[in-house]
Amino acid sequence: MEVSDLTKHFGELAAVDHISFEVKKGEFFGFLGPNAAGKTTTIRMLTGVIKPDGGTASIFGHDILKEGLRTRQLMGIVPEMANAYVDLSAWNNLTLVGELYGVPKKQRHERAISLLEKFGLYERREHLVRGYSKGMKQKLLLCMALINDPKILFLDEPTSGLDVESQRLIRDMIREFNKNGTTVFLTTHNMEEANQLCDRIAIINHGKIAAIDSPERLRLQSSGLQSIEVSFDKTMNVEEMQKICGVKKAKKIGDKIRLSVDKPGVVIDELVAFARSKKLGIVSLNTLAPSLEDVFLKLIKES
Amino acid sequence: MVNNLYLEQFERSLAIAKKNIRIYYSKGPVVVFGLLVPFFLFLSFYIGRNMPAEIMMPGLLGMTAFFTATSVGPAIVPWETRAKTLERLVSSPVSIWAIFFGDVLASFLFGTLISVFPIIAGVFIGVKIANPVVLGFGVVLATFCFACFSILLSAYPPTDTPANVMMLSSLVKFPLVFVSGIFIPIGELPSWGMTVSSFSPLTYFTDLSRYSINGNSYYPVWLDFLVLVAFAIVFLVTAIKIHERTLQKRL
Repeated sequence: MEVSDLTKHFGELAAVDHISFEVKKGEFFGFLGPNAAGKTTTIRMLTGVIKPDGGTASIFGHDILKEGLRTRQLMGIVPEMANAYVDLSAWNNLTLVGELYGVPKKQRHERAISLLEKFGLYERREHLVRGYSKGMKQKLLLCMALINDPKILFLDEPTSGLDVESQRLIRDMIREFNKNGTTVFLTTHNMEEANQLCDRIAIINHGKIAAIDSPERLRLQSSGLQSIEVSFDKTMNVEEMQKICGVKKAKKIGDKIRLSVDKPGVVIDELVAFARSKKLGIVSLNTLAPSLEDVFLKLIKES
Repeated sequence: MVNNLYLEQFERSLAIAKKNIRIYYSKGPVVVFGLLVPFFLFLSFYIGRNMPAEIMMPGLLGMTAFFTATSVGPAIVPWETRAKTLERLVSSPVSIWAIFFGDVLASFLFGTLISVFPIIAGVFIGVKIANPVVLGFGVVLATFCFACFSILLSAYPPTDTPANVMMLSSLVKFPLVFVSGIFIPIGELPSWGMTVSSFSPLTYFTDLSRYSINGNSYYPVWLDFLVLVAFAIVFLVTAIKIHERTLQKRL
């Protein structure tokens, strides 16, 4: 998927402001951002629900505006706001979506049975969706998104508000489909979910992309969030530690001192030299990478 | 290739129509505005009047076809907007026209099926139908035309409240019933009434029904058919265009 300069305004507000990115075939791509960052607007533009004001996007080489039907044929979608038909049974919802995607009857029924069994809904397939719990509805929405064996799966906050067991089942299933070759585009504000699932993530805020990279690289490359924790065999003055070359900030935490640094490798050398010059013994020395949440909050703050 | 695309989209319209039949035929507003209101309106007009069944029948048939075929269509879009199921349809590989054509088909089938009942009842009490073939084609064409009209009724304003659309559509439908030769044959209307009635599609179906049952009509039969076809095309095209424009406001 190639997105270039995609833009959407609601009145004066630029909900999505000239964003560009690429998603590779078979990739698990996360789209992270706080509420009202522009995640859902982006996904709704990519899935043809709303029209962009500017920019282009293509999926498997097909332009989303010029070849809307063809691109939508390749997608499976779990929208944040849309529902299943509560006056229909799970079976009828699934077969309806199958028909809308032109899945042949035999294949439609086989896939519906297989998906309902996988998600534990088969026994209640004839029940009206009205009586389903939130978790069951969400599982059904995922079944509906998968009935056409999509090449790309768009998931808008698929585990939001679900219990831990349902969240885990849904994540495992998405991971399995991604493993089998389905490209996944996931929007979430759950850092841990993005960290566990995504090959790469984009962080969006106020309609603009603040960063795109793998979760691990984002954590490691994020300057100002790296830190070193050191403890010596004698109590050390924090002010003195702050004078060490490369240390941005020093803070006493229990019997340890946490140093905020940009380049942990350089500061470790300086620390060893410092300890020798002061005839101090190093009791422990650890480098601490920031959590994805730290990175996220920092990027959001900066943007 | 192009034909295949249209055929494929038509099949998806059928899937949408099937879904509409399952969900909307039993909805309260459809039953009230499509069956109960016209039934009691008819009773209130005819009870106490000593009219032969042959005279009553075209009016009853016209009213049944009109109210039933226009009762499902206006309910669907606002209902789906509120239930947030419209977004699912729009994000699926189905054209906007195919989505609304599915709504037309559901309305058309409802109107056609229910219209069979007054015909059977009429035959049962001894009404002789002079031209059954014309009546059959007339019912099918008229209910299709009214179904297209029903989609137009829900096009504007883009609300998510079915009751609002049903009330607004009643404001349009009731006056049409009174100027379309249902209660008074077109030939007996004053000249201004005749002019107004010529703008109503129901006029031409009532005229066709009179011809089919009694052999009398105000307009030539071919003109009745032609005007119904023209109304159907205009309603369908206009409705789809307006829905295309207002759809974004519903999502």
